[in-house]
Amino acid sequence: MAKMNMLQAINSALMIALEEHPKACVFGEDVGYFGGVFRATSGLQETFGKSRVFNTPLVEQGILGFANGLAAQGVKAIAEIQFADYIFPAFDQIVNETAKFRYRSGNEFNVGNLVIRTPYGGGIAGGLYHSQSPEAYFAHTPGLKLVFPRNAYQAKGLLASSIEANDPVIFFEPKRLYRASVGEVPEEKYLIPLDKAEIIKGGNDVTLLAWGAQVEIIEKAAEMAEKQGISCEVIDLRTVLPWDVETVANSVIKTGRLIISQEAPLTGGFASEISATIQSECFLHLESPIDRVCGLDTPYPLAQEKEYMADHLKVYEAILRSVQY
Amino acid sequence: MNPTLRKGKVPPNNNNQAVYPDRESFYWSKITLVMGLRGSLMGKLNNIDNPNNITKEETLKLEFISENALSIPVFKMMDADGELYDGACHSSLDKDTAIKIYETMRFIRILDERMLAAQRQGRISFYMQCLGEEAAVTASAAALESQDMIFAQYREQAALAYRGFELEQFMHQNFSNSKDLGKGRQMPIHYGSNALNYMTISSPLGTQIPQAAGYAYGQKLDGNGGCTICYFGEGAASEGDFHAGLNMAAVHKAPVIFFARNNGYAISTPASEQFKGDGIACRGVGYGMKSIRVDGVDTLAVYEAVKLAREYAVKNNEPILIESIAYRLAAHSSSDDPTGYRSKDEEENFRLNCPVNRFRNYLIKQNWLDEQEDESSKETIRKEVLAALKKAEVVEKPSLEDLITDVYEEVPQHLRKQMDELKAHIAKYPEHYPASSGAKGENH
Ligand SMILES: Cc1ncc(C[n+]2csc(CCOP(=O)(O)OP(=O)(O)O)c2C)c(N)n1
Ligand SMILES: [Mg+2]
Repeated sequence: MAKMNMLQAINSALMIALEEHPKACVFGEDVGYFGGVFRATSGLQETFGKSRVFNTPLVEQGILGFANGLAAQGVKAIAEIQFADYIFPAFDQIVNETAKFRYRSGNEFNVGNLVIRTPYGGGIAGGLYHSQSPEAYFAHTPGLKLVFPRNAYQAKGLLASSIEANDPVIFFEPKRLYRASVGEVPEEKYLIPLDKAEIIKGGNDVTLLAWGAQVEIIEKAAEMAEKQGISCEVIDLRTVLPWDVETVANSVIKTGRLIISQEAPLTGGFASEISATIQSECFLHLESPIDRVCGLDTPYPLAQEKEYMADHLKVYEAILRSVQY
Repeated sequence: MNPTLRKGKVPPNNNNQAVYPDRESFYWSKITLVMGLRGSLMGKLNNIDNPNNITKEETLKLEFISENALSIPVFKMMDADGELYDGACHSSLDKDTAIKIYETMRFIRILDERMLAAQRQGRISFYMQCLGEEAAVTASAAALESQDMIFAQYREQAALAYRGFELEQFMHQNFSNSKDLGKGRQMPIHYGSNALNYMTISSPLGTQIPQAAGYAYGQKLDGNGGCTICYFGEGAASEGDFHAGLNMAAVHKAPVIFFARNNGYAISTPASEQFKGDGIACRGVGYGMKSIRVDGVDTLAVYEAVKLAREYAVKNNEPILIESIAYRLAAHSSSDDPTGYRSKDEEENFRLNCPVNRFRNYLIKQNWLDEQEDESSKETIRKEVLAALKKAEVVEKPSLEDLITDVYEEVPQHLRKQMDELKAHIAKYPEHYPASSGAKGENH
């Protein structure tokens, strides 16, 4: 075990993958010599050379198109998109190519070797284009796996599993927590399953569900609620697609209440998908309407970021509404 | 299916009552028919024996054209001392314009220095300097008419200053306060002004390039002799939008000047890892447009090149590509530390090649600038900048309502509801949202 922040944990997972897979490649804008704008790939080029860890030209559609071809050829392709806000030039390569490679070819070809790492999320005074959480666009695309670590330990294990997985994964890294999340992380390799949500705190009155950086927010709200004698079950979904309906449904059958919180805007967000499914799975067990605590339906603002965000107080209020319903 | 239709010819008795046995073949024969008609029309418009639209030269030699076949020279006019080279082009820059260009560059240097310091002090969240590229940006803007549109990337504050954007406006934007034209929604340096024909900056790289083509096409339809200039970095020129934009502009004959700022770096990525061809200029040729490479440290050269480009673009309704060569002397942004990817020696070497000093030398040689006056002006400007900063810093933040306006022209019902809920929430926890509630902030 060693104390690591999330960047170091990610770096460690990449280091191990490059050692284990002699053909694995790590690439993206500025990831080479410099080690990435957040320094997640720091030292990798030095260790594994320019042919396996390299800067790409500044073209996201090129990065993902190249990555699709590389992965199809049998290389563990680990591509970085510098900010999730800049993944959209690659949308076509991801949605029409990555996600459909296996299906359209009858499994003659696949890009299961592909992992797309990308920092996402707000709370860093990044405004419109350094704050977005675009998972819902991709959650609407069968064939992709969407993974969200909440802390350093989770990041290393989930990234290792994403690299091992034989399906393409978009690995969303909560950049707000890159340095803030510090914890004990094993130095050796370990895997965390991609299809399992994690109950990080048991409780009886209400289920709180989130993924990525938002887990910290619902934990904080749960602490406030516990002080009022409300017992919260806190769940980290971890994998947004395909998601672990069973764990969430079992929890809601027990508590009768569900609050889902996401950073992204309310309308059409993944919280809506979860609400619909849990509503039909647990209809007779529900004590109150499922609630979603989300960003507002606006672009991500700057000056009013604090007001915009789905913070712990908004989640706390939702808990009170739910138990008092 | 009707075989005559399949060949793409219009059948002699083409009336709508034709018998089509089933829906599908009806559909397909309609399509073929339309294509057939189009084909015969196109035949009249185009050179009928050149469907591939190529130069029709032929050769019996089996050889590849060299990747270096185009070796594009850098157009320049004056040396580092501000002296015109022997045989240099005639400079058409008049004294008033020259002074305005110099004053703009001088102002931007001081503004950039002050704002980076403000970022270091934690007064603003972010900043980007134009250091080393002031001549390229200012002189190119100066060669335009005020009706011309500017689409910039983010490092072109000098073009906006040249257009007359007030010091106070720069400050309001950087402090995202209620007087910011962008209503405090974007990070610092994302300026925009409708009155000054300066399109609001968008962070996603390259997106402005095809937009500039479309905007210029609209100007062509207006017929008022206006055009658009579009700035972007050599890094952004790798984006798909660059290629889309140049091709659209060339095919549809849009009067747009693509101004590539090749400053050697895209954050940490050196140009040598960005592309393999001869810079960006050679790509213009590939898309069928006139192209030129110019010394971006040479105010006179940039001015003449853009002036000529503008004349040509407007007269012929054609796009032009200009590649300006300079060096990004500053860090990429306030978030960046270049010591992680380039040497101090390299930076010092390029620091000597200063665009502002070079032009200053020229002005002094022309007797257009008094050195002492220049020094005292700098002092005055520094004071003005600091005073404006202090003023903007305490202007109130945009109103909470601005969070939901401009998503659409009118605020829709669901957003109104979300705002009402937000207001009720803030009223409950005023100390947690001090900026919008007016309450004192929490300690934690
Ligand atoms: C689509 C997109 N991808 C990545 C980024 C992140 N980014 C911001 S600036 C930059 C480098 C741009 O370099 P260049 O175009 O050469 O302009 P310069 O900074 O040198 O003026 C990068 C990669 C972005 N803003 N947009
Ligand atoms: Mg550059």
